[in-house]
Amino acid sequence: MAAETVSRRNVLKSLTMGAVAGSVLRAIPLEAAAYAHGVIQAEKANAKAGEYSPKFFSAHQYKTLRSLCETIFPADADCGGAIEAGAPEFIDLLTSENAEFQLKLGGGLMWLDSTCTDRYGNAYLDSSPQQQTEILDLIAYRKNAETDGDLGHGVDFFAFLRSMTSDGFFTSEIGIKYLGYVGNTFLTEFPGCPPVPGI
Amino acid sequence: MPNLNPPKKVYDVCIIGSGAGGGTAAKVLTEDGLSVVMLEAGPRLNPEKDFKEHVWPYELAHRGAGIGAKGRGQFNDEFLAPNGFWEIEGEPYTTAPGSTFNWFRSRIEGGRTNHWGRIALRFGEADFKARSTDGMGDDWPITYEELSPYYDKVESYIGVFGSKENVPNSPDGVFLPPPRPRCTETIIKKACDSLKITCVSSRLAILTQPLNGRAACHYCAQCGRGCLSASNFSSSQVMIPPAQATGRFTMIANAMAREIVVGKNGKAEAVSYIDKLTRNENRVYAKAFVVAASACESARLLLNSRSSNFPDGLANSSGVVGRYLTDSVGSNLGGYFPQLEKMPAHNHDGVGGSHMYMPWWRFGKKNDFLRGYHIEFGGGRGMPGVGEFEGVCMENEGYGVGLKQKCRSTYGNYIGFAGRGEMIPNEKSYCEIDPSVVDKWGIPVLRFHWQWGENEMKMAEDMQETFRNIIETAGGTVLGVSKRGQAPVDISDGGSIIHELGTVRMGNNPKTSALNRNCQAHDVKNVFVADAAPFVTNPDKNPTLSIMALSWRTSEYLLDQARKGQI
Repeated sequence: MAAETVSRRNVLKSLTMGAVAGSVLRAIPLEAAAYAHGVIQAEKANAKAGEYSPKFFSAHQYKTLRSLCETIFPADADCGGAIEAGAPEFIDLLTSENAEFQLKLGGGLMWLDSTCTDRYGNAYLDSSPQQQTEILDLIAYRKNAETDGDLGHGVDFFAFLRSMTSDGFFTSEIGIKYLGYVGNTFLTEFPGCPPVPGI
Repeated sequence: MPNLNPPKKVYDVCIIGSGAGGGTAAKVLTEDGLSVVMLEAGPRLNPEKDFKEHVWPYELAHRGAGIGAKGRGQFNDEFLAPNGFWEIEGEPYTTAPGSTFNWFRSRIEGGRTNHWGRIALRFGEADFKARSTDGMGDDWPITYEELSPYYDKVESYIGVFGSKENVPNSPDGVFLPPPRPRCTETIIKKACDSLKITCVSSRLAILTQPLNGRAACHYCAQCGRGCLSASNFSSSQVMIPPAQATGRFTMIANAMAREIVVGKNGKAEAVSYIDKLTRNENRVYAKAFVVAASACESARLLLNSRSSNFPDGLANSSGVVGRYLTDSVGSNLGGYFPQLEKMPAHNHDGVGGSHMYMPWWRFGKKNDFLRGYHIEFGGGRGMPGVGEFEGVCMENEGYGVGLKQKCRSTYGNYIGFAGRGEMIPNEKSYCEIDPSVVDKWGIPVLRFHWQWGENEMKMAEDMQETFRNIIETAGGTVLGVSKRGQAPVDISDGGSIIHELGTVRMGNNPKTSALNRNCQAHDVKNVFVADAAPFVTNPDKNPTLSIMALSWRTSEYLLDQARKGQI
């Protein structure tokens, strides 16, 4: 990371020195800015992705978290899933820094395991696929907590995890592409709304 | 222990604060030959290092949510230009029991102009004549005609796009061409046309053509992150550099002003400030002082500048400093627009802000409240961010490919509306020095008192009704519940629109105002205020452009006084 920052700064500095002749303003020209960002992106792409070791969750909890994230946003024909999107790493990082998240997610994962153990005799990951689906179908909908109050904790946990997984998925490179966001570019002119009947 | 060494240098002018008002004063004063020292409570800005322009969320480990997710769903997320805060560690403020007030402060060269929405609206003629128009509040000691040439100067220098529309009491300015509307704006404009609600090009301080050495906008929609090509306006990139280029400008960063010190002759002679890096207290001397620390921070500085001559604070023989505090009336409502589902993927970014807005369209008509509001709106296919799909997930629940597809099909089809209306000053909304709390620099802090008036509540209700009409007319579905008369009305917390002002107001009568018609203290002739503290009203137009126009005018008066040897 340090090397990237330094090189980014150097690129921008050299561009800035050339650019400000004739202007006292602290600005660099458009082409230079575009070029510099291209350089940064190339550097990012070359950075090696190492094996991730969780900062907050235990190895077992993290394995469960990964499984749940991928179940919430699985890979399909159009695009990869939450694991490819880096959602578990993102959630672990934020949880390591936030006491409220630690209670909700750390506590929630333990609730899930103990509930599965009560119901099926095994922790969530060791339960059968049918059992996993059964418990998730119970905690994925608020209305189930209305009929069975014991599910309330699980429903809250799952709702929060679902929201955090959506954050991790849709802020990833594959998630953004999946949505069809095509901006963050340098345009010389804004084209406006494309012609579509009724708009 | 004040450090009075080395031998004192006396600058012509000391400016406290580097934002819209302070930056404008620095440019105008130094370019005409005065030496200026500026105190800024935060560090210098380094755009190349500080800005996150064009960074993707996935290039940051926290994806924009910030450490501990503190910025998740917040205005000041990880992408925002640096050092804009709702809370500053070690620099608290307090609120009186029963009051809610949020105070956004920037501790960085350029102040809040690094973070603002670039909305650059002129006040109208009637905005300067509130009491004459409807009997409430007070008139300004100056008129629109007097400020108009300074609006021209500011717009010509900083660059504002817009269109000439002749909307009553929303004057046209010196405009660069406006950008084309986005799809979201096209459909809302159509609905407004049929409802006879004026919907026109926004007026934003963003360059659609090169101007004064700055490149035109490249339409990435990321103004709030800070702009490396300075194609939007910030004091740090547009006002401070020309001041610096004169060779007559000195900035002291990380300097927290504590007190303006008055000499034996009854004039201000120095500012005592804390160097935040060393925690030493220093003094800087000048012949004149321009206080531009932001409305409430300026009031705080004056109230904390007590002396035997000025026991209630500097420039406060009237007792009005801290009083007449207002913020804009804010209310929000969102809608879902199914016709946007069929839009192909396309670049929807545009500038960093709405391309269109609704200026107050019922001016001069009979309404069930006084004054008016404008509407800002935005949405569509912006860069996805944290928190964006929380609503879809909550509504649809479940999990799996179906939920993933639902998120995709609803992406980009939401439009949010925000009203920004005029608050009439009231006796229950003000700030004062908290009698028992100091910040970590030992400076007594502000305590806020806040209450919206009846007029503001009616206005917020009217906003909700208007939003609902627009959303439904445009073929959308209103999100959440919004029914007229239903308590509580959706109205913003005081301060949260970040248009707080009026705390050191100007006027012709020294008994009811702190500053004269030139923003010069009635009590101390070499003290001026150049942020939004002097404002007598808080119209339905964002204050920043008027801060700059008024500061430019005040600076020219100061120059004139200096030439005449009066200062």
